[in-house]
Amino acid sequence: MTAGVDLGPQAQAIRSDEDVVRVRQLVRAVAVAVKLSLVDQTKVVTAASELARNTLVYGGGGSVEVTTVDNGRRRGVQIVFVDSGPGIPDLDLAFTDGYTTGGGLGLGLSGARRLVDDFHIDTSAETGTRITVTKWSR
Amino acid sequence: MERVPILKIGDILLVSIQLDMSDQTAVQLQEDLAERIVATGCHGVIIDITALDIVDSFVGRMLSTIASISKVLDAETVVVGMRPAVAITLVELGLSLNGIRTALNVERGMELIAAARADEHEYQLDDDPDAETATP
Amino acid sequence: MALSAEESGRLAALLSGNAERVTQRWTEIIAGSLRGRLSQAELRRQVQDLHHAIVSTGEQGAIDLPAENATELRATLSELSRGRARQGFSATETAISIFALKDVVAELVEEAGGDNKLRDYVAYSGLIDELGLFTFESFVRTRESLIADQAEQLLELSTPVVKLWEGVVAVPLVGTLDSARAQVVMERLLQTLVDTGSPYAIIDITGVPAVDTQVAQHILKTVVAARLMGADCIISGIRPQIAQTIVALGIEFGDIATKASLADALRHVLRLTGVETARRQPRRDA
Ligand SMILES: Nc1ncnc2c1ncn2[C@@H]1O[C@H](COP(=O)(O)OP(=O)(O)OP(=O)(O)O)[C@@H](O)[C@H]1O
Ligand SMILES: [Mg+2]
Repeated sequence: MTAGVDLGPQAQAIRSDEDVVRVRQLVRAVAVAVKLSLVDQTKVVTAASELARNTLVYGGGGSVEVTTVDNGRRRGVQIVFVDSGPGIPDLDLAFTDGYTTGGGLGLGLSGARRLVDDFHIDTSAETGTRITVTKWSR
Repeated sequence: MERVPILKIGDILLVSIQLDMSDQTAVQLQEDLAERIVATGCHGVIIDITALDIVDSFVGRMLSTIASISKVLDAETVVVGMRPAVAITLVELGLSLNGIRTALNVERGMELIAAARADEHEYQLDDDPDAETATP
Repeated sequence: MALSAEESGRLAALLSGNAERVTQRWTEIIAGSLRGRLSQAELRRQVQDLHHAIVSTGEQGAIDLPAENATELRATLSELSRGRARQGFSATETAISIFALKDVVAELVEEAGGDNKLRDYVAYSGLIDELGLFTFESFVRTRESLIADQAEQLLELSTPVVKLWEGVVAVPLVGTLDSARAQVVMERLLQTLVDTGSPYAIIDITGVPAVDTQVAQHILKTVVAARLMGADCIISGIRPQIAQTIVALGIEFGDIATKASLADALRHVLRLTGVETARRQPRRDA
């Protein structure tokens, strides 16, 4: 009933470097629309950048969907990353700071989890990887 | 692909990152800088990230790599202008930017480079045996 | 309670057919309850808006408050509540502005007569109750956000970040530091470093009675963040108990400079900046 900007779900393919930039911009726009604080916007955009890059590099590409969510008390941004890549065989290991199979810093997954409020991951060799993250306004 | 321009000001190369860089652009910048350091013989590099509204692990790694490469090429790198929200986020992400010197703004960055060069100069004096005997 | 399309049509006709009288009576009743704290002209304008919103919704079909076609009606009600909340009226006073319509409608229905008069009145008053409750809810929501805003302003007021010296800012923390406040303070501190171009910050916790893990973490993270930005933090005023908690909690302050008092900390900073120049001066002279 509030007269806020309501952006419907927005989808974006992740097939290239430039798409990762687009994901950042899309998430920023939605984070601004639901009035996240500047620090929270920065956190969620950074998390999205990490996860989008993983989708591209390890998931072999995929897509993302960005939605506004509302739990009655607060609004938030929800982002779903989907790929049909090889999946992550050992989640505990993948979430360890510094663990990387690709010569990265190994901070993307674990760092992204620290930067958002809710983090959910489904992954298997058959279906690929699906990660849902949410950041709520304060 | 867009390219980040590199300016030469005196003995310093100034890179002011104005756009949301794709990973490829970041890698290109790394290569361009190494070439310019060698070509110009500059001893200082200032990377101004005032305009960047995020720094993720990829850009963070690029900054560290640039710092290491320039060190090998005898140039000092200072990253300046990081925004508070970016710094807070980097801490949470767990990125420590080891080995990178930072300063609040371009002027402070220049001072830092000048001081680092002066220190180096002092060391050379200290190592000089003649200088040693000259002190009472 | 939603009205059927016929009931809505009849209500709209009833209200628009007697427009002048309705707004007049409605304004009078509200004015009585608000006792002159709102000008007659403004009240009248508000009542006209409400009247118009109800009539035009009713003319379009069934009045169902949550439905799509009632957007204008909801907006008008919300605007009324927001205004009242800002001007300091109570929730009851705000809701009465809507409930007053019941009296007016009762009079009109009575006069109009007809077989349906009782059933119509029950339906209309159900709708008015719903409008009233909606107003009440949006009133409460506005108050909540006003209170949250004020709390935030208080928070900012209670945490001054001051420029102590050229290149040195300080934040004297006083009182209980909860996690929310610690976060606000630290963000402000970092922003002040940028705004003043100061490479040194002193976080003085003399006035803080206790530090828990979360707060200590906030301070630590701020120190690390400041370093990333190219500034150094010194923590001053760590009292013995707090030092004990910090050690007991296993929090590593690592190589962060700590000083007994704000004055010690400032002296330390000045020596740092002073020493550098003093160290180099003789070399240049030589
Ligand atoms: N979508 C994915 N599909 C398959 N494997 C993945 C996916 N995302 C992450 N991984 C695996 O998890 C590991 C850890 O990922 P993380 O993002 O933490 O580090 P990184 O990408 O290697 O380095 P960084 O992100 O710090 O540059 C990756 O090296 C990769 O093996
Ligand atoms: Mg990664």
